[in-house]
Amino acid sequence: MTPTNPSPSVDSDIKQGSRRNPEVSKQTSSVGSIETQYIEFAHYPDEFILENGDKLGPITVAYETYGKLNPQRTNAILLLHALSGDAHAAGFHKGDEKPGWWDEMIGPGKGFDTDKYFVICSNVLGGCKGTTGPSSINPKTGKHYGFDFPVISISDMVKVQKHLIDHLKIDQLLSVAGGSMGGMQALEWIAAYPDKVKSAMVIASATRHSPQQIAFNEVGRQAIMADPHWRGGHYYGGHLPAKGLSVARMIGHITYMSETSMAEKFGRRHGQNGKPHKFSNGFEVEEYLHNRGDNFIKRFDPNTYLYITKAIDTFDVSRGKPLYDVFKGIKTKILVIAFKSDWLYPASQSREIVRACKVAGIDTTYCEVDSTYGHDAFLLEVEEETHLVKHFLRKASA
Amino acid sequence: MPLNQDISLEYRTILEWVRPESVVLDLGCGDGELLSQLVQAKNVRGQGIEIDEQAIYQCVAKGISVFHEDIDNGLPEYGDKSFDYVILSQSFQQVRKPDEVLKEALRVGRQVIISFPNFSHYSARYHISIKGKAPVTLSLPYEWYDTPNTHFLSISDFIQYCRKRNIQIEKAVYIENDRPIRILPNLFASVGLFLITKEQGGKHTSGK
Repeated sequence: MTPTNPSPSVDSDIKQGSRRNPEVSKQTSSVGSIETQYIEFAHYPDEFILENGDKLGPITVAYETYGKLNPQRTNAILLLHALSGDAHAAGFHKGDEKPGWWDEMIGPGKGFDTDKYFVICSNVLGGCKGTTGPSSINPKTGKHYGFDFPVISISDMVKVQKHLIDHLKIDQLLSVAGGSMGGMQALEWIAAYPDKVKSAMVIASATRHSPQQIAFNEVGRQAIMADPHWRGGHYYGGHLPAKGLSVARMIGHITYMSETSMAEKFGRRHGQNGKPHKFSNGFEVEEYLHNRGDNFIKRFDPNTYLYITKAIDTFDVSRGKPLYDVFKGIKTKILVIAFKSDWLYPASQSREIVRACKVAGIDTTYCEVDSTYGHDAFLLEVEEETHLVKHFLRKASA
Repeated sequence: MPLNQDISLEYRTILEWVRPESVVLDLGCGDGELLSQLVQAKNVRGQGIEIDEQAIYQCVAKGISVFHEDIDNGLPEYGDKSFDYVILSQSFQQVRKPDEVLKEALRVGRQVIISFPNFSHYSARYHISIKGKAPVTLSLPYEWYDTPNTHFLSISDFIQYCRKRNIQIEKAVYIENDRPIRILPNLFASVGLFLITKEQGGKHTSGK
């Protein structure tokens, strides 16, 4: 299985406003040309058993690696992407002008220093960028899974990642790191495989979604399913529910920014290409949202949006217990980062993680970065994150 | 590792007091320098709490684990006697509710190490009584309109407070210009440094 829509990196538009890391020279710090790799497992009859009991197989996992695994196999870091991310975290695919989604953090001398560490990133289960998901071909029918794809969870995603790590013959990861949904996966790694992760970084994330976060995702899902082209999830080969996905993405982008960052980025300015009509004024913010929304269909599968947002909404790392019980006895060192203006994943949710770490006696560092970028900050505050990640990894390696 | 002569008498004293391999919580740990020295000299397991973001980055660069939060809200999660020592080095006078914070510090720590600027130092007295102004001195360097200090206390105030709260003062060092003061410390010492404990008489409150 290959990605159906090879396309530019995630949210490259946002990145134009990002803070450059002065410590790193742009010319020398790229991991360079990168190719996505694939493994396939869970063939019949040894299919993968999902959290809900359903079977799925075979499963393809798309992944990329940067840097070199040391002979002791102790310097591996697994990066965990967010909702719309993919395995392509750094470097350039052949012919692409834009690098991977976290390129500013990964490379020689950068936060995830590829001179020291072996960095791995894979597309999540249910994704649409090379790993098996609803847009993949169902071997039983020869057609796209569509809505016949089983319901998946964050825990299933992490189990698939564990399979990849085993395949790479890595006994213990030096670290797992991710923002937003990636942070949930990092928490799940700690809870499910505490002995397999020496350290973990949980950025702008939560132990579980609040009703507000679920509500935004539900509106996104309803927008997709209300699109007449969605056709119960079996739209492959025909018209795509592009407008539905576009509206979902627009809602997403609103929640990723802060009032301040929107005011700074757009003000009440009118855009260049806006087509004002009775109910649209051609404001830059409108144009931006239309643009982001309309382009999303080129690189993202609407069904994947449904499955993954559902996995995020149902995730609860506490497993019905007090979180400190889940964390008790864990030796993993934890770094928790939140951003002051992030109202989608507010700092209070990160502090909840920190409180559990305190009670469980886990070696933890918590930093609340004073950023105005809202939830997007986890991709944009490169300077602060580089500093925190670099020193945290040095401590974790010791 | 030998104790460095360049570091302040306050830090040297704390380094002497703290037992090797102990578990230490530093409330208002600043750039993490004290914890870092405790880790190097005494191999302690250290955790800091600090409100200033830039100080957090300095802690992390030193390999110190730190929580970015307010001391006033930082302790309720911890169980009783979670730490061998809780340190309040020059941060006690800056908290909103010192009585509450110290009570909590004595609950979560077996011993508490505490230091603060002495408000009744002769130079402060001079500022108030002769100049008629709020004191700006070596240990109280801030103008009244721009100070992190929210409470002003003297060494005598603190000793009296400990008596009132049944807190045992196990050790005390009074400091002026990085030298120990043995005579009339409430007048001549700019900083008071104490090692205190509280026998709870079997009345343990749960931290969870």
